Amino acid sequence: MKAFLLSLVALIVIAFGMNYGLNTYAGFSAAERTTVGHSVRLD
Amino acid sequence: MLRIVGFMQVMCLLLFASLAQAQNVRPPGADAPLDIRAGTGGAQTLQDILARQKGLTINNDFRKTPTDLPSPDVGALGTRGGASDADLWRGVRFDTVDMRTQVNGPATDVLVQDTGMWWLEVRRGPLPRYGLYLLGGTLAVLALFFLIRGRIRIEGPITGRTLLRFTGIERFAHWLLAASFILLGLTGLFSLFGRKVLIPTFGHDSFASAAAVTKWLHDSVSWAFMLALILIFVFWVIHNLPDRTDLNWLAKGGGLVGSAHPPAKKFNAGQKLIFWSVVIFGTSISVSGLSLLFPFELHLFAPTFALLNDWGVAGWFGQAPFPADLTPQEEMAYAQLWHAILAFVLTAIIFGHIYIGTLGMEGAFDAMGSGEVEEEWAREHHSIWAAEEIARRDAPAAPRHTNAPVLPKGA
Repeated sequence: MKAFLLSLVALIVIAFGMNYGLNTYAGFSAAERTTVGHSVRLD
Repeated sequence: MLRIVGFMQVMCLLLFASLAQAQNVRPPGADAPLDIRAGTGGAQTLQDILARQKGLTINNDFRKTPTDLPSPDVGALGTRGGASDADLWRGVRFDTVDMRTQVNGPATDVLVQDTGMWWLEVRRGPLPRYGLYLLGGTLAVLALFFLIRGRIRIEGPITGRTLLRFTGIERFAHWLLAASFILLGLTGLFSLFGRKVLIPTFGHDSFASAAAVTKWLHDSVSWAFMLALILIFVFWVIHNLPDRTDLNWLAKGGGLVGSAHPPAKKFNAGQKLIFWSVVIFGTSISVSGLSLLFPFELHLFAPTFALLNDWGVAGWFGQAPFPADLTPQEEMAYAQLWHAILAFVLTAIIFGHIYIGTLGMEGAFDAMGSGEVEEEWAREHHSIWAAEEIARRDAPAAPRHTNAPVLPKGA
């Protein structure tokens, strides 16, 4: 149970951490990922 | 790992080859000589347009050739005046002119391309339909199997003694992979069925808010999935290399049918198949997901198709060579379909894994719950591993070694 709960915490930390890291340091905003809003959209 | 990814791409191509075959039907007149298009001055006819709308493949050669006809001047309209340079737009359409635009960003120099329609039709129709058939069919088969076979019980007497099957870090990696996979699966289905099911059910406004959240979740949780995939590969690959016991295990149906329990090491052949499915499919889903996550940055399919064409793979199945000259949008289309198809397949496999790890087999969940399994369960399902673990546990403690010099008695 401890491993399961820890994995959930890790999942949240990784999700927010990667999102923050990509936004802040790599220049990929959430909007720029999966769609290229300023040029071409697939859907 | 690259070879594994390459292999998965090959499998994809075989799938698309059959799809292409289904669409490779020429309409009457597609290859017809120019005279049947005399009425349009050599341009396409209504018949051509109708055939394209039906999704039939049109031989566009007659449209690619510049006509060198003077542009008609119909007066001052638009930025180019009244001139409509058919050959210029023909070049734009078939990507034969050097194109520059004022719009920055990848793939913005593709102004016209019509290759998205087949993708849209597959995404709207066969992909969700057959995906649901696969998942629903898998659940039905599992339910039927449960009704016939029932729960696989521990047959021998419960000893009350346990063996450590998975350490804390192994269980952590497993649950990280499981939790992220479930979230990714649900949010992926949300995206796939949004327009068809959720918008008609909940309305555009509700769906828009939820879609923004699920998109964020899908994009962000994917990193946890990829990390967990690496962890479980590192932890368990050594135990999942195929060996001779696997053949015997498979020959006896893994003991699922009947009461025989073929010997197995830490992982039996069935678990090894699950492991390699997760590793191979999960890696390919991750790579195609990365190409979707950062649009137009990763080009996976054109190089793969070119490689397959070099090997002549399409010819083995009597197919035309794969399209190795893809627009950036086509790359994304292939990546999206491949991502979704593999996700459906892996989800179906994981349904079986979840079933046997919970409802289907008594004592199995403890391996990932507490990490400790009942000794009798281990003997029945992983006899070779259990014997090794019991021998290790029951072995007398090794004598303590010391570097102190041995002195004679009385010294």
